[in-house]
Amino acid sequence: RDFHERCAQCSEVNWGLTDGGRFYCRTCHNVTERTREVVSTDIIPNARIQTISKGLRNRQKADEGWEWYVCEGFQLVLKKQAEALEALGVCPQMKDEILCNFWRRYLQKSQQAYCNRPAREAVRALSVCDSSTDVDSEPERPSFLHLLSLSESDGDLQTDCSFASSTGKVSESTSVCSGSVDGSLYLMKNGKEKLRMSMPMTLSFCYMALLWLREPMTLSDLLRFVVEGHIPYLNVYQHFPEKMKLYGLDLKIFCVESWPVYEEVYSKMLELAAFLDLPRFPDITESCFLHPDTLCMKYLMEVNLPDELHNWTCRVVKKVCIGEADFLTLTPGNKSTRKVKYDVLAAAVIVVVLKLLFLLDDHYEWLLSDFAAERNKNNKEGGPYFEFKKWYKVIKCSLDVEQKKLDEERAKYLWRCEKPLFYSVKKKSKVLRRRQMVVNLQSQFGKLSGSVRPAERPNPSSFQLSWSEENTDGTCFHGHSLKGILQEKNGVLTAINPDYWLCTVKLCTEKLCGHLAHYREVDFPQSYHFVLRLFSFLLRIQPSYIHEEVCVIEHKLFNKKLCKKPKYNTGLRK
Amino acid sequence: SSHEHKLNFRKSKEVCLSYIQDAMLQKQWKRAAEFLTFYIESLEKDFSTEYMGPSEMIWRIGTEILCNHSHSSIKEFNSFIEQMKTLGVKRYLKVCLEHAFHLLCNGLIDEAYQNLSLAESWRFGEQTAVQDKEMKLIQAYRGLLDYYSWSKQKNILLKYGKDGFEDLSVEQEMHSCFRKAAANLKEIIKIPGVWDLFVKSYVDLLEFYGDHHEAHEVLSEYAYNSKFPANPNAHVYFYQFLKRHGASKKSLVSALKILHDIVPSHELMIDFNTMLQKSKKRKKRRLGLEVIFAALDYAGWKENVKAWSCLARQVKQIVLSEKHLDWIMQEWNSRKDWWPAFHFSRYLAKRNWQENESLSYEKALVAGVLLGKDCKYFKYVSHQGCKAQVKRFRTLKKFVNKYSPVYLKISG
Repeated sequence: RDFHERCAQCSEVNWGLTDGGRFYCRTCHNVTERTREVVSTDIIPNARIQTISKGLRNRQKADEGWEWYVCEGFQLVLKKQAEALEALGVCPQMKDEILCNFWRRYLQKSQQAYCNRPAREAVRALSVCDSSTDVDSEPERPSFLHLLSLSESDGDLQTDCSFASSTGKVSESTSVCSGSVDGSLYLMKNGKEKLRMSMPMTLSFCYMALLWLREPMTLSDLLRFVVEGHIPYLNVYQHFPEKMKLYGLDLKIFCVESWPVYEEVYSKMLELAAFLDLPRFPDITESCFLHPDTLCMKYLMEVNLPDELHNWTCRVVKKVCIGEADFLTLTPGNKSTRKVKYDVLAAAVIVVVLKLLFLLDDHYEWLLSDFAAERNKNNKEGGPYFEFKKWYKVIKCSLDVEQKKLDEERAKYLWRCEKPLFYSVKKKSKVLRRRQMVVNLQSQFGKLSGSVRPAERPNPSSFQLSWSEENTDGTCFHGHSLKGILQEKNGVLTAINPDYWLCTVKLCTEKLCGHLAHYREVDFPQSYHFVLRLFSFLLRIQPSYIHEEVCVIEHKLFNKKLCKKPKYNTGLRK
Repeated sequence: SSHEHKLNFRKSKEVCLSYIQDAMLQKQWKRAAEFLTFYIESLEKDFSTEYMGPSEMIWRIGTEILCNHSHSSIKEFNSFIEQMKTLGVKRYLKVCLEHAFHLLCNGLIDEAYQNLSLAESWRFGEQTAVQDKEMKLIQAYRGLLDYYSWSKQKNILLKYGKDGFEDLSVEQEMHSCFRKAAANLKEIIKIPGVWDLFVKSYVDLLEFYGDHHEAHEVLSEYAYNSKFPANPNAHVYFYQFLKRHGASKKSLVSALKILHDIVPSHELMIDFNTMLQKSKKRKKRRLGLEVIFAALDYAGWKENVKAWSCLARQVKQIVLSEKHLDWIMQEWNSRKDWWPAFHFSRYLAKRNWQENESLSYEKALVAGVLLGKDCKYFKYVSHQGCKAQVKRFRTLKKFVNKYSPVYLKISG
């Protein structure tokens, strides 16, 4: 990717790599003499792992496993994740090129590889305290326990301190504290400067690559696939090769005991993009999946709202200029622009449109619905008018069912896998015995469960809810008409509803409280809350995030009115 | 809204536990078992820092499910418990003990005995000392089971004896059971606590082998040692023992006196009052009156003919002797506000008369003395009795009429 020279033969810039590591022109197959360091992203079985960077290192005895570095572990993880994404339909370019290159760039920038003095060197200095039996005599060297407590993530792994401490003082060299060579160093160094790699960050990498390629997968989709098990994340270490031993501090690095959090993955992605000095990402245009027009269409279908609403979402998008490529495209270096969460944005647009058309003040929408119901009862021609009440009932029913399922899934979530974890080799037998007992007990009580638990995961699907026009029970609202709530004025279709209420009159200062708006359920109409809850479920994020986005859009939409009359909560539209 | 979209290990196990709890409360054992299978992996994160960690949870929940689930067998239960025993060494003896209880509840006495014996031989460094209490209990229950065997063998022997047979082996076994039982039972009752069953068994053994002195010691310790929690039964046992062995009236009275203090409504109060009434000492007779009045303060005695007849007899005797009317006055003083409604209402008069003539007779006597011949109760009952031409009621009427001034004195 870094190679931008024109081909000598055909003047194209379309390079590939031969097996020998030389560049060749894809257009005319001209092979150059230029080579580049080949980095194997595959683990070659029955051979030692290739070093990522130059330099000698010690080999350990064969039976104790390979020496491996933490970043090699993460590389494996990324590879697995990329493969899974490819299986889900993402183009292979993501795995073969984009993610690879991002990763290499990261290694280079964080000085773990591709540079003159890899940070690894420092490890050797630390591990020289081999046979020292007195830990206290080395005040600079952090104790095993101290390292355990350093990580700011996962409180659960922190409580494992007591487990580790029961093994007594650790006086051996660092290689006993972790299977990886630099595990302890990894936890020690200041993560903020060099953007220390973490498991959630692997997802940031993935999302960044997806975004670069403008793949039709939002961040909420990605995270949902992770939770559903379609993308390796939890217990991904079980795919590490046998010889790559994982224990001690490695657990703190590679073990995951919580679901990835949208905000965290997203903000890390932004940090990462800036850290890697990436240029402006490929433009998000109207033909992209991530463009609000497309995403709104998708979500409208998913929540069973009439297709006609799409016209309105497009109008709003246009009006507040959030369909522009400049607004939507990620430019890492630019700190002034607010970064876009495509899924949240699209959801918020729909919410705004619903507010525009139905007001959602717990009165008007039901009123409109009653009118539509009357009309539908008396007049069967021309297709049904959309009735908010009917839609609400259908959706609430489905939402409750799905939510209940999700709640049970949360209770039934299994975190452990066959490959056991242990902090030190001493504890290995105990851990294995426990594992055996767990398996026995699960089997015993599983038999008493009655029905056999279906071992399959739900098939990965972009749509969580689906509705079909063919259903004769009238539960599909896609084709319903909005005629009942619209009127024509000066040749333009407008809503009958003349009013609008703002979620907030004034936006917060993001720097002070971290958000632009705050949400409390009791302060808002129940219909509004319902709609938020609906999208909150689909996107698996807190309603407050969507609410925040709604506030921002509203403020852009009613900008003029707000500037003129800051005191009024409602205002005429258009 | 509690629909959080975050989740971590601890939270998901918390949620899982609440599902188990709901299922158990609704007796949905299959569902509880289902969710338990997902909870079980928390054993792999059990570091025993919490008050009640996963291993204890699983032990308790698993036990409950296996006890109630229709498809579960005792074999499964045993296999489960054996696994639980290996989970936490700090809880080992407790699990053994509860396992034994469970087996006993299911009538598997031999298995329970084996389990207890096995547990008794357990040693584990300092844990043995730490779990000393549980160990004592295990030994005590084993001792109890030994007593139970002894008792069976004793009955066999007695039966043989009647039939003229003798069986040395049974006799020897019986004696060996006795030794084992006695040793363990003796130990447990040394510890302050409520050991009714153990004490009774031990005393039974001692009495059989003629060691009355020791039995006396044991019972009196159990009843009077202040370190032991107040236990009415202890006094009852002691009293019964004394009675069995022909103890003096004095000791019997002193044994029952304490019982009266602790449980004035105890059924032995009738015996007590009877004993006291007969006494030559004034103080004792006085106490007797106090005892019987106190017993009748309790609703459970309202329709007890024997109790009323005791009171009636004593009251009549006092009235006839014309001495110690002040005793009645003292007792009646604190009761005159509420006994009339409690015992002597017109409704009760009717009911008592219909249901139990003797009861109404005794009560009427008491009412007549305490409340006078014009009181509702007496009037109704005596009228009914005389109408029915029952002789004693006529006698009663005459008696009360004769001594009616007494009422005036009593009522002050």
